[in-house]
Amino acid sequence: MSLVDRHIQFLEALRGAGLSVSLAEDLDAIRALRALEWDDRATVRAGYAATLVKKQSQRPTFDALFDLYFPRMVGDGAAAATREQDPEGGVRDNAEALSGFRDQVVDALAEGDRQAMVELAADMVARFGAMPGRGPGLSSWSAYTALQRVAPAELTDRIVAALLAAGRPEDDGRREAARRIGSFTTLVEADARRRIAEEKGPDHVAGVAVRPTIDRLDFTAARKADLEEMRREIYPLARRLATRLTQEHHARRRGPLDFRRTVRASMSTGGVPMITHHKPKRPHRTELVVLCDVSGSVANFAQFTLLLVYALRDQFEKVRAFTFIDHVHEVTPYFTPGADPADVMADLAASTAHAALWGRTNYGRALAKFEVNHADALGPKSSLLILGDARSNYSDLNLDVLKRLAGSARHAWWLNPEHRRHWDTGDSAATRYGDIVPMVECRNLTQLGELVHDIL
Amino acid sequence: MPQPNSWFATPADAAARLAASGYLADEATATTAYLAGALEKPLLVEGPAGVGKTELAKAVARVTGADLVRLQCYEGLDEARALYEWNYKKQLLRIQSSQGTDQAWSETHDDIFTDEFLLTRPLLTAIRREEPTVLLIDEVDKTDVEVEGLLLEVLSDFQVTIPELGTVSAVRRPFVVLTSNATRELSEAVKRRCLYLHLDYPDAEREREIVSSQVPDLEERVAAQLVATITRLRDLDLKKAPSIAESVDWARTLVALEIGDLDDRAIADTLGVVLKHASDQARAVKELRLRA
Repeated sequence: MSLVDRHIQFLEALRGAGLSVSLAEDLDAIRALRALEWDDRATVRAGYAATLVKKQSQRPTFDALFDLYFPRMVGDGAAAATREQDPEGGVRDNAEALSGFRDQVVDALAEGDRQAMVELAADMVARFGAMPGRGPGLSSWSAYTALQRVAPAELTDRIVAALLAAGRPEDDGRREAARRIGSFTTLVEADARRRIAEEKGPDHVAGVAVRPTIDRLDFTAARKADLEEMRREIYPLARRLATRLTQEHHARRRGPLDFRRTVRASMSTGGVPMITHHKPKRPHRTELVVLCDVSGSVANFAQFTLLLVYALRDQFEKVRAFTFIDHVHEVTPYFTPGADPADVMADLAASTAHAALWGRTNYGRALAKFEVNHADALGPKSSLLILGDARSNYSDLNLDVLKRLAGSARHAWWLNPEHRRHWDTGDSAATRYGDIVPMVECRNLTQLGELVHDIL
Repeated sequence: MPQPNSWFATPADAAARLAASGYLADEATATTAYLAGALEKPLLVEGPAGVGKTELAKAVARVTGADLVRLQCYEGLDEARALYEWNYKKQLLRIQSSQGTDQAWSETHDDIFTDEFLLTRPLLTAIRREEPTVLLIDEVDKTDVEVEGLLLEVLSDFQVTIPELGTVSAVRRPFVVLTSNATRELSEAVKRRCLYLHLDYPDAEREREIVSSQVPDLEERVAAQLVATITRLRDLDLKKAPSIAESVDWARTLVALEIGDLDDRAIADTLGVVLKHASDQARAVKELRLRA
């Protein structure tokens, strides 16, 4: 396979993963590579990154694909040759080898030595992650098997102890250890991908192994680490939205013609209205009432939306937030100005208990309770935003209550975190609620940002 | 094959020369800066505030002996302040002074749209200069979307079209650096014409080098403590994580206050230098257990 083929395939994979790489950028990349030396992989990566990746959120995707198409080494690399001559390397996988290997992992992680971690990850997949196949080409590699056997997470305490011995405070050491184990796990997964790509071709892996970028990742598919990252994204997202709103608002700042001022100003030009004056436009601010389902399946989505809405608080006249499972609980007081988002999240999670009597989602009952207890929240100036998957455990939907609530508000929207194809499956009442309140799909941060922007 | 160019010879050369002028660039930064010179393409630098985006442009200007032409972007920036403007007062004088003579109107008309009456603004200035020039377009994301359209011709062809004069092409292509805080997405058209570099907070080792080189009076031990504390603060999920500029400010503060040991008390007393939100400070005090 020639270099050009590999380059084209790499670009195709990038496009497949959602990066918009144009032909012009393709040619730029070629020119950049001609201007660079080829002996250093990091330089080549920097060259590709500078010409092809124009958004930082796409960088992880780019890195994963680059590692597939331009791997760090082939097979076990140069290290394998030296190990062959090592007499003790004879038995590579037994209980003793495993515990010895785990000691090495603890040492490397406690040191924080990146190079050693990379080498250990490669070694780990080679020794504990091999899945022998029935014939040539059928064998494979599994990061899962390797991680299950070595279980780096169980080594946390030993790493923390080593870090404490090095003079770090307790909680800091714990956080650091967790982060290093996380990055080690990522390295192991990357190495398994590299080996699979080597045997089956990178195209085979590129389609399945690369996760969507964080702003396109489904709320429902997010892992714990992803949720952390998403929460960090909320504040920048709110800032971008606010900037955009201000600019759009300024673009429409000129209101209707102010006739009197225009005529008065025309006196200085002999009665010719050279400059027109306009009345300032009154900014319209919405009162927002958010009603969100916080039952397990959609809790993350509700929290993110609430955080985003509150980060944009200045753009609204007033915001009131309610959570429900089968009972309604007002959570407005938790969002004090300038509060720490992490604390707010913790408070919200703790208050979930108030939103449930029996703990089974019941939209009908929650809506009825809302009408009884908090009907005053809705008025002709307010907009109602309902968040949830409309899965009500086959209970009474109280459609007429929702109709009354939607009728008393100026606007009403329903954001559903489920993919449209899952609507109306099982106990989902998406269409029946959707007939009353317009329902839109909102699965990731990008969609959420757009929707909140439209509501304003 | 690598070709020699007037800006940097190799990525390593870029790194070495930037370092000599006091800008410690990592490998990706040096490579991208070299590419921007070699390919003669504009360089778009994005990243949080205070990681040295503007400083990169200044450092490039310093080490290559080029002059820096700076266009600071802001909301409401327009053609007249970015590209060029006709000096209409002078034109008016010219018309009035020619009224006594019997010069034809067409001659006067041709006369008043010449170089003499042109006020060049940063973009045109940078393009018409014959000496090496670094053009810094700072905080592009602050401008309106229309200004981006204005930049396109300059960024791709290094030329400016003035209807009355014709097209002015660059005599010598400037080294263009655009910086952005990513408060909004720039258009695809602008991004396509640029090389892209994301600057992030540096690792602990590099940060200590930067702090030591910027504030030589700071003791080695305090510098290490300072960088360790900053690293911990960045992990805390703050509204605005402290950037390099703030580390350097902090180092200067410690030197000015003659603090020889960065203990919990010293951190608590000077926290205002690095954290500028009340909630961030409260969080840092809680997490670092500064006031037990």
